[in-house]
Amino acid sequence: MDYINAIVLLLNYIFVPALAYGSQLALGAIFVTLIYGILRFANFATGDMMSFGTMVTILFTWYFQSLGISLGILPTALIAIPFAIIFMVGYMLLIDKFVFKYYRISKSPPVQLAMVSIGVMFVTQAVVRIIIGPSDRRFFDGEKFLIKAGEFKEMTGLNEGLAIKSTQVITIIVTLILVSALFWFLNKTKTGKSMRAYSDNEDLALLSGIDPKKIVMITWIIAGVLATIGGALYGLDKSFKPFTYFNNMLPIFAAAIVGGIGNPFGAFLGGYVIAFSEILLTYAYKKFFMYLLPESLEPNTLVQLLSTDYKFAVSFSILVIVLLYRPSGIFKGKIL
Amino acid sequence: MRKNLNVIAAYTIMMGLIILVGIFQSWNIALSIFNLCLISAVMTIGANIQWGYAGLINFGIMGYTALGGLAAVLISVDPVQEAWSAGGSNILLSLLLIIGMVLAVRYVLKKYEKSKVRTYIIATIIIAGIIIIRFVSEPGIEAIEEVDPAKTGFLGGFGLPIIFSWIVGALFAGGLAFVIGKVALGLRADYLAIATLLISEIVIAIIKHEDWLTRGVKNVIGLKRPAPYEVNLQQTDWFINLVEKFNSSKLNLIRDLTERQSALNQFVIEGSSIFVKLCYSGLFLIVVIILLILTQKALYSPWGRMMRAIRDNEEAANAMGKNVVKQHLLIFVLGSAIVGIAGAMLVTQDGLFTPGSYRPMRYTFLIWVMVIVGGSGNNFGAILGGFVVWFLWIESAPIGLYLVNLTTAGLADTHFLKVHLIESVPYFRFLMMGIGLLLIMRYRPKGILPEKIEIK
Repeated sequence: MDYINAIVLLLNYIFVPALAYGSQLALGAIFVTLIYGILRFANFATGDMMSFGTMVTILFTWYFQSLGISLGILPTALIAIPFAIIFMVGYMLLIDKFVFKYYRISKSPPVQLAMVSIGVMFVTQAVVRIIIGPSDRRFFDGEKFLIKAGEFKEMTGLNEGLAIKSTQVITIIVTLILVSALFWFLNKTKTGKSMRAYSDNEDLALLSGIDPKKIVMITWIIAGVLATIGGALYGLDKSFKPFTYFNNMLPIFAAAIVGGIGNPFGAFLGGYVIAFSEILLTYAYKKFFMYLLPESLEPNTLVQLLSTDYKFAVSFSILVIVLLYRPSGIFKGKIL
Repeated sequence: MRKNLNVIAAYTIMMGLIILVGIFQSWNIALSIFNLCLISAVMTIGANIQWGYAGLINFGIMGYTALGGLAAVLISVDPVQEAWSAGGSNILLSLLLIIGMVLAVRYVLKKYEKSKVRTYIIATIIIAGIIIIRFVSEPGIEAIEEVDPAKTGFLGGFGLPIIFSWIVGALFAGGLAFVIGKVALGLRADYLAIATLLISEIVIAIIKHEDWLTRGVKNVIGLKRPAPYEVNLQQTDWFINLVEKFNSSKLNLIRDLTERQSALNQFVIEGSSIFVKLCYSGLFLIVVIILLILTQKALYSPWGRMMRAIRDNEEAANAMGKNVVKQHLLIFVLGSAIVGIAGAMLVTQDGLFTPGSYRPMRYTFLIWVMVIVGGSGNNFGAILGGFVVWFLWIESAPIGLYLVNLTTAGLADTHFLKVHLIESVPYFRFLMMGIGLLLIMRYRPKGILPEKIEIK
């Protein structure tokens, strides 16, 4: 019985939250990696683009709520997301037309594009803060828990409860659907294949008649979809605050590089690598050992490798180690 | 003279703007803008010699600034004797252990050829070391943090004059840059940017949460000052006389004696804070001028030419026998050390150390905007960037308010749009910075005062 309790404990505090957080990071990381692979620059506006998408989602959610539309037990935001995506894609294409296109055509070095993306970051951040303000917003409605800790205890008769939030399930399911669709698109369709070719060798791709304008446009569209959904899922699960989104850019970068930048599948797994290591290294295992070990051996400290204050520092340290020992990432980047 | 006309013009306009603020808002505001402009200028000099001279991207400016601030605390605060006796020995022991660990790793690196076994040995040393250090330091840290946590709860510093921290801050930042440079400088430009950004976040996390060293988010307030205190000034005779002399024309207009006395008191209070700020301006100006002379000399020296050669074509410079790796490391350390000075200056001016306030927007990206807007590779340009951008950063709120009032003049004061916009005026500064950066990068990619290379 104690073993099962210990496992449920880990599931409740490590596995489920890490899986949800990892999915949110994974979407962002694929966004970063696609931009890097095809448009060839590190997009420092990632976090703020996600926060822009989330803001539009929230505005639509409020609008639908005021009209009385709802999905019952599911959050209203799910209906708002498609509308937000349309808006977001428009914003992305607008930015590309007025900002990034010029540098792409004049073949500027990647560093210059990265600097330009900092300008976009400033502007996007300002727009978000001017429209919705810098404070914390919750826009979740509907049923909060799929399984409550208390119900689970009653059902199984265990000491430890397992709580699964509906947002966590939604996050994981939506991520899986979205990512499978994306991989199917990249691997099976003609456009997807031409995108990979363009990423692999630009000149060769151009020679074989691939239209760069189309590739770039589709990249921004996919990026808009990923940014909106990734941001909205994070906001549903936790809460929406522009500053947190800006900060999330850092673990997202870490995930993309750990997985091998330019490699969407690596970025997908990288998200989970970062999320799991962050939570595994900062969790206090005292209770876990109390279940497993005989009383005489029970630990008297928290058995915590690092204090939770260092959550971000963990992912950055992993990134630094990966950069030093395997700069192309765990899954060999730069092949889309 | 003729060649430098645009430099002189740009600086004259800038000073004119600050003087206008002094006339229309208040001299207090103008001087605090000017002081922070000077500190920003030091930061941009640091960032500029990395990016402008050598083409190295360093997005870790925030980390070096914070380390400079930490130096100010460690140098100027009086030591907390109780904390030292409670946990000092544990901390010193862990420090020795860390040094031992580093030496062990170095020994392994030298002794063995590069192999998997070596990597494993190093990993074992580091992991075992961290566990032992935690065991040694934990009781000490707890004991230290329990010593009067509302006031101290940390080890304190050395109780020296805070000015020394400007040098120590440079050493701290340079030391960190040396470590980072050793491990990260081989990376490609955009990887280097991301790596330095993340490492600076780690530095901030440590400063924020190691309360025994920095008091963490509880902040350290009331640091010593290199300038006199306002309260003391207000009671000093020579200062009161000075203020009286300055304002004699205004004071003479007032006939009534008591009224005249109260007016004088008002002038003294105002004057004291201006006087203190002027003291800081003087100190900062000395630093900026010294750094400017040194960096100008360096730029036109053979060393500066070599740096530009490395920046423009690494392979060619390497083929000519220049040690690119070594020079990159050198300039990385130098630039970061200068940023460290700025960090210490900033804390000196504020008189308080707030680890929670170090955010990448303000301390990394804004500095980069300054360098790019001003003109990378040109010291005068970088300094001007610091002035222009900081001025706009502060004054964009009033400008934004004015613009909002102008555009919504047709709406009633209670209209929701107008109220909302007026509430969000503080965020117009991000908008201005972003648009400014984008416009400069598009239409004047070399900055306001571009780099000029004279070939003699």
